[in-house]
Amino acid sequence: MRARATCLPLEVEGLRFAAGGAEILRGLDFTLDAGAPTLILGPNGAGKSVLLRLLHGLLSPTGGAVRWALPEAEVRRRQAMVFQRPVMLRRSVLANALYPLRLAGMPQPKEAAREALARVGLAALAERPARALSGGEQQRLALARAWALAPEVLFLDEPTASLDPAATRQVEEIVAAIAASGTKVVMTTHDLGQARRLAGEVLLLLHGTLHARGPAKAFFDSPPTEQAAAFLRGDLVW
Amino acid sequence: MNDLGMAFATAFGLIVGGDAALWHIIGLSLRVSLSAVAVAALVGLPLGAVLAVMRFPGRRAVVVALNALMGLPPVVAGLVIYLLLSRSGPLGSFGLLFTPAAMVIAQAVLIAPILAALAREALSGLWEEYRDQLRSFGAGPARAVPTLIWDGRFALFTVLLAGFGRAAAEVGAVMVVGGNIEGFTRVMTTAIALETSKGDLPLALALGLVLMGIVLAVNALAQALREIAARQGA
Ligand SMILES: Nc1ncnc2c1ncn2[C@@H]1O[C@H](COP(=O)(O)OP(=O)(O)O)[C@@H](O)[C@H]1O
Ligand SMILES: [Mg+2]
Repeated sequence: MRARATCLPLEVEGLRFAAGGAEILRGLDFTLDAGAPTLILGPNGAGKSVLLRLLHGLLSPTGGAVRWALPEAEVRRRQAMVFQRPVMLRRSVLANALYPLRLAGMPQPKEAAREALARVGLAALAERPARALSGGEQQRLALARAWALAPEVLFLDEPTASLDPAATRQVEEIVAAIAASGTKVVMTTHDLGQARRLAGEVLLLLHGTLHARGPAKAFFDSPPTEQAAAFLRGDLVW
Repeated sequence: MNDLGMAFATAFGLIVGGDAALWHIIGLSLRVSLSAVAVAALVGLPLGAVLAVMRFPGRRAVVVALNALMGLPPVVAGLVIYLLLSRSGPLGSFGLLFTPAAMVIAQAVLIAPILAALAREALSGLWEEYRDQLRSFGAGPARAVPTLIWDGRFALFTVLLAGFGRAAAEVGAVMVVGGNIEGFTRVMTTAIALETSKGDLPLALALGLVLMGIVLAVNALAQALREIAARQGA
């Protein structure tokens, strides 16, 4: 299905973002490679959402660069994003899944959309208005809609932030399946248990800087810095 | 008092009895105003959606102009169309003045800015919500505008009803460009104005009652739509 050329690795160089007179990101340098999910952690207001939007191309950096391995025009269709509050088009569940597929000119979009709904357990709700779904079902639909595009990279901004434990578990299973299907997942969360379950590697953002990064297991077992340890203990809220 | 009672009784008689002149006037009114809404919608809704979606130089000026045009007095709209369509005017050769077509044009000109301004208002909240997601899907403005119009269809139908209400109720524009010619360009509002001034209260009252009924029905329909939309979470 997918062309062999890949848009990864993604190189981030001196990435800065300022808005309203405030420096939100103060020069980040890192590389994202294909592989297990990258979890971006950090206290509220650290700049996680802004970082995802910059990487996805919804915001433009005020300094530095986000460099994909492919030209920009080809990268657009190879990445997708699911927002913290899923955006449900005022259409049926199936029509929501179809919309980006049609836009991308996918062959046989109906079949692909139905398949995507089945993968997240929403096949039976295909004809319902999307906005009548529960919060967990909406988030699953948003994931299905993104997954159906078979993106190389999927950005997820706190996908379980307002869900109950059962819905959270379903979403985590879907995220794990998406990662297992070969999509690079880049995700923020404030749920440290979830981060342990899903992460291949961790980036810790503090005050708009990349404070630490590393393989997940090492990061959680022996935090690299005192502040990282304090964050994992829940002692560092800002 | 007694006269008024008599007038009401006669008016009901005209409506219930299916008076041919009365129903001809009502039919023409509906045809003219519905056509005007259709024509105005073709321009007004996309314009409103474009203004909600796109940021371009001069956008604010367009929004201000639309809001000002919303308050355009119908007689003034009528006068402008009259000048354009009159025999010496730039569109005079079409011979449209004092025809129903001229009335459609005048009402369409009157309500197109209303539809555009109301549509912009109705769709900008939706755009706020959709913007990042549609950009993420890779949808440019050319795709975003039809998407917003479709997804905002309930709100936009209410906008159309508001436009229809305004068109059906206005007198000045159709009077000036239609000429209130009996059996040809006479509509409810112009007939009411004429019959009242002539002292023929029963026909004026009958038309007034029908007009009020139509306005009530339009509002009830708008309310029902809002409830359906709310039930669908739209
Ligand atoms: N468009 C913006 N304009 C101004 N400030 C912003 C904007 N977006 C986010 N911020 C600010 O940037 C900081 C980081 O925000 P965010 O990335 O949402 O944090 P989080 O790590 O909780 O996701 C916050 O202080 C927020 O108020
Ligand atoms: Mg956030």
